[in-house]
Amino acid sequence: MRDEAVRLVETVRRAGAEGRRLVIVGSGSKAGKGQGVRGSFASGQPMASAQPAVLASGSDAPDALETMPVGDHAGIIDHRPEELVLTARCGTALKDVDALLAQHRQHLPFEPPMLDGGGTLGGAVATGWSGPGRPWRGSVRDAVLGVEMVNGLGQRLKFGGQVMKNVAGYDLSRLQAGAWGSLGALLSVSLRLSPMPYVERNCRLPCSADQALAWMRTWARGFSPISATCYQDGLLDVRLSGPEAAVQAAAARIGGELSSDLGHWSALRDWALPIFHGVGDGGAAQRRGGKGAAEKGVGGGVAREAEDGAALWRIHCAPAAPLPPGRCLVEWAGARRWWRTNAPPEAVHAYAKTAAGVAVLAHCAPDFNAPIMARLKQAFDPNRVLNPHLSHGNPVQ
Amino acid sequence: MNETAVLERLRTALPTGALITQPAAMRPYEADGLTALREMPWAVALPGTEDEVRAALRICRTEGVPLVPRGAGTGLSGGARPVRGGLVLGLSKLNRILEVDVHNCVARVQPGVRNLAISEAVAEHGLYYAPDPSSQLACSIGGNVAENSGGVHCLKYGLTVHNVLGLKVETIEGRTLELGGKGFDYPGYDLLALLCGSEGMLGVVTEVTVRLLPQPPEKVVLLAAFRSLEAAAGAVARMIGEGVIPAGLEMMDALAVQATEDFAQAGYPRDAAAILLCELDGDADEVRTLQAYARRLFEEAGAYQIQQADDAEERERLWRGRKAAFPAMGRIAADYYCMDGTIPRTALVEVLNGVSALSKRFGLAVANVFHAGDGNLHPLILYDASQAGQLESAEALGGEILKLCVKAGGTVTGEHGVGAEKLNQMCVQFGPDELAQFERVKEAFDPKRLLNPGKAIPTLSRCAEVGGMHVHGGELPFPKMERF
Repeated sequence: MRDEAVRLVETVRRAGAEGRRLVIVGSGSKAGKGQGVRGSFASGQPMASAQPAVLASGSDAPDALETMPVGDHAGIIDHRPEELVLTARCGTALKDVDALLAQHRQHLPFEPPMLDGGGTLGGAVATGWSGPGRPWRGSVRDAVLGVEMVNGLGQRLKFGGQVMKNVAGYDLSRLQAGAWGSLGALLSVSLRLSPMPYVERNCRLPCSADQALAWMRTWARGFSPISATCYQDGLLDVRLSGPEAAVQAAAARIGGELSSDLGHWSALRDWALPIFHGVGDGGAAQRRGGKGAAEKGVGGGVAREAEDGAALWRIHCAPAAPLPPGRCLVEWAGARRWWRTNAPPEAVHAYAKTAAGVAVLAHCAPDFNAPIMARLKQAFDPNRVLNPHLSHGNPVQ
Repeated sequence: MNETAVLERLRTALPTGALITQPAAMRPYEADGLTALREMPWAVALPGTEDEVRAALRICRTEGVPLVPRGAGTGLSGGARPVRGGLVLGLSKLNRILEVDVHNCVARVQPGVRNLAISEAVAEHGLYYAPDPSSQLACSIGGNVAENSGGVHCLKYGLTVHNVLGLKVETIEGRTLELGGKGFDYPGYDLLALLCGSEGMLGVVTEVTVRLLPQPPEKVVLLAAFRSLEAAAGAVARMIGEGVIPAGLEMMDALAVQATEDFAQAGYPRDAAAILLCELDGDADEVRTLQAYARRLFEEAGAYQIQQADDAEERERLWRGRKAAFPAMGRIAADYYCMDGTIPRTALVEVLNGVSALSKRFGLAVANVFHAGDGNLHPLILYDASQAGQLESAEALGGEILKLCVKAGGTVTGEHGVGAEKLNQMCVQFGPDELAQFERVKEAFDPKRLLNPGKAIPTLSRCAEVGGMHVHGGELPFPKMERF
């Protein structure tokens, strides 16, 4: 719980001056989430031993990269419950944030995954991974009100603020959500909070995958206290949140088995359901798995489940698009699918395209190599000091 | 550049009548909603297709002609004011709703489609587009994206950035960017969020995929009248802090209430120091619970009168006053200047008292009508432009109000944008390193700085000149830079 901002800014500035490259490391909870990620969220392992699958060029070789731990830069800076705003340093543990907010019946609306029960606020914003309630409660980016960061030039910058509406200058604070620290290392973030619902219940009903998707889409067109939906293996779970009477009335309409046990939703949020096995346990399966546990593949390395060799893909798509064949978990009212499949990557991408969507390996950093993205990288970090392994950095294409 | 030759190229690339060069015909394009700032454009192009937009951009790029994209021209910060010697690229003819996709709850529309037209087109499916800026009858969705527009209901339903899922953007460099889609959170840098609110400086939006929400089945509007601003502000803080997020929560002060009553006869209590308008929505059970809660809260916070509107007609009456507030000001003052700062909700009383003191100091009345729920102030400075010096006083007073907002931890613009209007105030809010970072982002999209030049982001030399630049530890940034 201390302010390390000055030291971190100096670390980046010096690295830039001396031509060194830095890999930002938070708590390490996202370590081992596949080769594409390993470089940026190494679990206390120096990059040199992590053997990243994809590196841009000779100058970005593992031995040229050093880790920059940011986990010590932690602590809540400001929480005013009546403002529904939290400002905290990026190394702050998500579970500390949750505990504080719970005292005031508030929470982070975007439900970030706590992988292995851990994770930091900075990591949650940097990955931009939103949880089960995303279509109803908004994304990580939606909740970002402001950031303090250090760019690749070692400049300490503040964008946005602590207020709900702010259109002064380009929105460079929301841009950091999902940028994986490649535009700058986050120092602190201000987030919009939401009140916890009066009551929350789960409805579970058996049905086919196609029936589940049809219901999800029908419900999306009507007003209801639904705050999450999830289908897998013949069961549809529906989370209802709101005043007691509204929740009860909706539960009666939906049918199924009503329960106050919400364990399913925290397991989904934390990637702890069986379908996530091998990626949701901090990569333990892959570390154990030896040969075949992790294979290099197209687009940044394919993480394969130790047991059956199938990869887990995350597909963001048009919510009503038909489902892929085989084992698939469907959430976000259809808009996000987790597909466990042996299909070759080209087939997965082809499916995603038909669904007006994009497929990425469950746990991997996205592709930041589009020309305009490479130019943005250059605008924030011209010397490629921060997380350089995440893009090849060629803006002229 | 050879002006005649460039005009000829544009004329060839566009259909007949889509290039305007006659001063009389260009007059409507001289200014946007901020009519105090005017500039006659060099020419106005009105493309009707994406290809024509691309062609106009290509000509501007190769000939080095600056251009200003323009939607419906309802913006309030001069963002669409022409630049001298530049082209105005009006997008009003790109006005088709391309697709209403009920299954995915989205609509794909061209940028010139009016905000309200989207909701009207999808109403038969029980859906609507949530952001509702007060100009929604006229303003276009492309302009909404450029300004990241809000509205009365953004407290609960978010701003434009929260309700747009996909964008098609033409860059001045000739690239087409397809951002997002019909789903959520497509991986990669969030360029969609970056484009929202970028004031036409980074690219020209040619298609927008908006999210459609189900219409709430029940709505209730409450009006609570208070004897003091403090009591009304206290009710706002308590409501949000206790976890009730109304669809809208608006405040009006005494001057605004009285002027509005004279104009619209909405039945507001004339003796109130402040009133709150609170709209609650949801399904019937939810609204019943929230409404009982809100009434009790207002009473405990000191409301001496509460009116409740359950049916459409009564709701319309209560909103009529709020919606008439701006025209009502036009009746009691020759001119008014609408400001747009956002502050933390807990600073409401402090800042409103500060505004009142400034109003006395400058000798100009200020009425307050604003989005209290999200701390977005709209002080209306009343003045008379025909009186020498009053416009300048109004602008100076406005600048001071915005400084007050920044000092309270807020921002110089909540939803109207910086445009050509608030460049000096940007120097108060940002230091030189932040401004330089904005510049590099601009350069990534538009290295020749042809798109809407001179808007939104002040130059470092301008900030040095107005004296608003941050000084760290007594050291001037860029000590070698010339100041004049």
